[in-house]
Amino acid sequence: MAQPVLTSTGESLPLPEGLPGIVADWSSDQRAFKKVPWGKAMMWIFLLSDTFIFSSFLISYMTVRISTTDPWPNPSEVFALTLWGKKIPLILIAIMTFILISSSGTMAMAVKFGYEKNKKMTFILLLITAALGATFVGMQAFEWTKLIVEEGVRPWGNPMGAAQFGSTFFMITGFHGTHVSIGVIFLIIVAIKVLRGDLDRQRPGFLTGRKGNYEMVEIMGLYWHFVDLVWVFIFAVFYLW
Amino acid sequence: MAHPEGQQHPIGIYLKIWGLLFVLSTASYLVDFFHIQGYLRWFLIITFMLLKAGLIVAVFMHMLWERLALVYVIVVPPVLLMVLLSIGALEADYTFFTRGTFFGAGSAVPVEHR
Repeated sequence: MAQPVLTSTGESLPLPEGLPGIVADWSSDQRAFKKVPWGKAMMWIFLLSDTFIFSSFLISYMTVRISTTDPWPNPSEVFALTLWGKKIPLILIAIMTFILISSSGTMAMAVKFGYEKNKKMTFILLLITAALGATFVGMQAFEWTKLIVEEGVRPWGNPMGAAQFGSTFFMITGFHGTHVSIGVIFLIIVAIKVLRGDLDRQRPGFLTGRKGNYEMVEIMGLYWHFVDLVWVFIFAVFYLW
Repeated sequence: MAHPEGQQHPIGIYLKIWGLLFVLSTASYLVDFFHIQGYLRWFLIITFMLLKAGLIVAVFMHMLWERLALVYVIVVPPVLLMVLLSIGALEADYTFFTRGTFFGAGSAVPVEHR
């Protein structure tokens, strides 16, 4: 499939696909990441570095969990809630998972409506995403409070078993919760920009001075989906192990 | 101003993936709810986890439609983490073994074999 691009000489060159495409893109003494705005490529590279941070946390957690000789507290019971007189295992975490996945769905649609220049729908969907994110953080605060006050879990120990449970739990979910909180703040900022028409008028941002455009919504979306992605791994290896 | 570089896809695909993610999350929750244990539990949890992660990256984050040069830059480096994961697991097993041998209640036998 030949697609013309502008080179410095103004000539059009066909872009090869597949492996020859990688070689051509990287060796051509020009921008390597074609068809993406630079901000999006940079967000991806930031997310790659964040992947390594979260992976380090999760692999350290695996290491201490395998090597401890004390019994590990059963997450299924620790995170159970009593609803309607019945004790339901892990229900709080399951609800948090569904909330975060739903926020990813609304975010993906916000990006779509953004590129269609549908300001109203983009704004509404971004606000719903932020609200779901805030709900998630709220439930996490509830979970932390329950664990600290009622179960007596501390970073250095807990009454249920291995001391490493507390330190890894607070570290991993705390770092993830911080990511969600920062995401909520930026979602609200982007939503306000959309509503004001900053992205249509290419109004410069207050901090970076970058001109507004609807790619910002997609870049914001990448960060938000990443937060959901990390939760998928935390849910599987911390709560379901 | 229409932008040529944006990702535009029909809304249906997002809704379908959303639904699929709900189904997969429910499935992984049910693994815990019905107390499935052993290798089956691990197989199911890891499978659902990787399927969910793949769907999010491929569709929600539009990796499916990016050029291979960007895809490889993002997807290949995390393969290194498999090495770190293996080293961590080996080392942790060994630590567990030595703890069992030297700190296990007055016994030279690892805790797991007692």
